[in-house]
Amino acid sequence: MTSLDKSTDVATLGHGDAPLLEVDDLYVEFHTRDGIAKAINGVSFHLEAGETLAVLGESGSGKSVTAQAIMGILDMPPAVVPRGAVRYAGRDLLTMSPKERRKIRGPEISMIFQDALSALNPVFPVGWQIAEMFRVHKGMNRRDAQAEAIRLMERVQIPAAKDRVRSYPHQFSGGMRQRIMIAMAIALNPRILIADEPTTALDVTVQAQIMALLQEIQEESGMGLILITHDLGVVADVADRIAVMYAGRIVESADVLPLYADPAHPYTEGLLASIPQLEQKGKELYAIKGLPPSLLRMPDGCKFNPRCSRAQDICRTDDPELREVVPGRWSRCHFAEEVLGD
Amino acid sequence: MGKYIVRRLLQMIPVALGATFLIYAMVFSLPGDPTTGKCGERNCPPEFVAAFNEKYNLDDPLLVQYGKYMGNVLQGDLGEAQSGLPVSEELSERYVITFKLGGMALAIEAVIGILAGIVAGLRKGGFLDALVLVSTLFVISIPVFVIGNVSQLFFGIELGWFPVTVPFEPSLFDLFMPAMVLASASVAYLARLMRSSMAENLRSDYVRTANAKGLGPSRVVGVHTLRNSMIPVVTFLGYDFGALLGGAIITEGIFNIYGVGGYIFQGISDQDGIAVVSSVTVLVVIYLLMNLLADVLYGVLDPRISHD
Ligand SMILES: Nc1ncnc2c1ncn2[C@@H]1O[C@H](COP(=O)(O)OP(=O)(O)OP(=O)(O)O)[C@@H](O)[C@H]1O
Ligand code: SF4
Ligand SMILES: [Mg+2]
Repeated sequence: MTSLDKSTDVATLGHGDAPLLEVDDLYVEFHTRDGIAKAINGVSFHLEAGETLAVLGESGSGKSVTAQAIMGILDMPPAVVPRGAVRYAGRDLLTMSPKERRKIRGPEISMIFQDALSALNPVFPVGWQIAEMFRVHKGMNRRDAQAEAIRLMERVQIPAAKDRVRSYPHQFSGGMRQRIMIAMAIALNPRILIADEPTTALDVTVQAQIMALLQEIQEESGMGLILITHDLGVVADVADRIAVMYAGRIVESADVLPLYADPAHPYTEGLLASIPQLEQKGKELYAIKGLPPSLLRMPDGCKFNPRCSRAQDICRTDDPELREVVPGRWSRCHFAEEVLGD
Repeated sequence: MGKYIVRRLLQMIPVALGATFLIYAMVFSLPGDPTTGKCGERNCPPEFVAAFNEKYNLDDPLLVQYGKYMGNVLQGDLGEAQSGLPVSEELSERYVITFKLGGMALAIEAVIGILAGIVAGLRKGGFLDALVLVSTLFVISIPVFVIGNVSQLFFGIELGWFPVTVPFEPSLFDLFMPAMVLASASVAYLARLMRSSMAENLRSDYVRTANAKGLGPSRVVGVHTLRNSMIPVVTFLGYDFGALLGGAIITEGIFNIYGVGGYIFQGISDQDGIAVVSSVTVLVVIYLLMNLLADVLYGVLDPRISHD
């Protein structure tokens, strides 16, 4: 995807040609009564303007925690970030003062959540909640902010936006509510949008509409999009690159098409095999056996070894590094070349 | 909304009738001679007793007595007390004072309870939270008459800060200590309700969204969290006003306040059935109206509740 002129704007904010967003060796732990849950263990990735990065992984793999760490909305405590950096246009967000960070969170990097019904405040009209972005960050008066809210509601294709601006979240359908979340998130033209399972709670047809809307907005604005999902089907049409997460780490990352055609990690292989396919109709659906490891007690060696059909002795003792197998293909597996070859 | 209120008002009629009938039945089936003490030291002459029974329909079956009484009440006649004075006259004077006391107690409850609940809920498990939990538990576990008598002794007699008893026409200052005593248990309950409501809302998804919008902490807490946390609290305050008026009976007794509580208390010991039943009937109606107000308020505060 070609980067738009916006990316050069962003670059001038920080150091020379720094990526729009760079997550560098990030760790997040939760200090709970039962012990320390290591939710994120050295995650690194980058995102460019106009690019869509899909983050894929089963429940509990740390997708949402990664997103919350980027946004700076982790519950601290119990969350602790012992190591790592999150650089936005070259500036580390993690070392910024809370005040500086609030100028970025919302106006520059924003986020939409899975369940729009609970993510919107039940006691304020939706227009008020969108307008709040303009009033707080731009110091706009009530009337102008309300007009902006209506404009955004029209932008995300909410019918009769003018009449509905005073309605409350519970008075909308699930799809319309998610559109309102999107309107709120794109209100100030952020350069990065993080969408945490934006369509999981919706009907299939509505899912497609929401994804189309997100894509359209992205193409128009040139923002970078991080699309978190556990649905491989959603990803294929939309994403440029995929990062597959397992137990709080990235185990494979690649461009979409090569990854689909030929995964380089056994976990990705398993995920792809578990997508229902027409020609398999009637046959039993493949599922990766076993459960993800407890974050309190990770296995030695490769974290995937208790579930991996290819595991050898070395997998139970030596933890593989994430390495570039062929240009643009990264995998965290001792036998990545063989997996890729099959 | 209008329809809802009318429906609720209609529903109140059987409740009010049932409650007042129970009270009427209990008061008028008390053992003892209602004419005792009416005629000085001696027993009343039979003609007087007959006239008395006639006047209060005491020879009729209970249900008929009650029916006749209610018929009068509905016409605005609350009857005469044994003293011969109309109950409505006495009540109208006394209700002013009791309302003042109850209103002050409600204000104290709201201010202290909400503030304590906020500081506790903001940092659950912190020092202030522990302080609020322990002190409210302390207050809840001591009966009101103990708190009343102890504060009377300590703040009234020992320290001399507040009047020990309350004059006939009390000022707000005179009523301050009784109002504190009356509010004490309610403050404790309200603080705990506010605390858990705050803590729960702080963990909610929409507060996470408010943070993701880059709002400052004062706006996240003061606008988004507080507005939601207040819903159960304001509703509780509405219900509690009626309970405070009922609780005033004890407090008014302790501080010798010329209010409805004292009147009911007096009426029970004098076996003045009409005075008791009429006072309580008014109390029941106020209580029901306050509950309705609280429910309406709930619908106003929470747009998800519709009163159509
Ligand atoms: N506030 C918290 N306290 C303790 N542990 C937490 C907290 N938030 C997340 N975790 C843990 O971090 C791990 C990663 O959670 P995360 O929400 O990122 O998963 P996810 O990949 O988004 O899964 P899902 O698909 O279910 O959303 C989970 O095991 C979870 O239990
Ligand atoms: S390192 Fe071993 S256990 Fe881990 S994914 Fe590769 S083959 Fe499986
Ligand atoms: Mg998640």
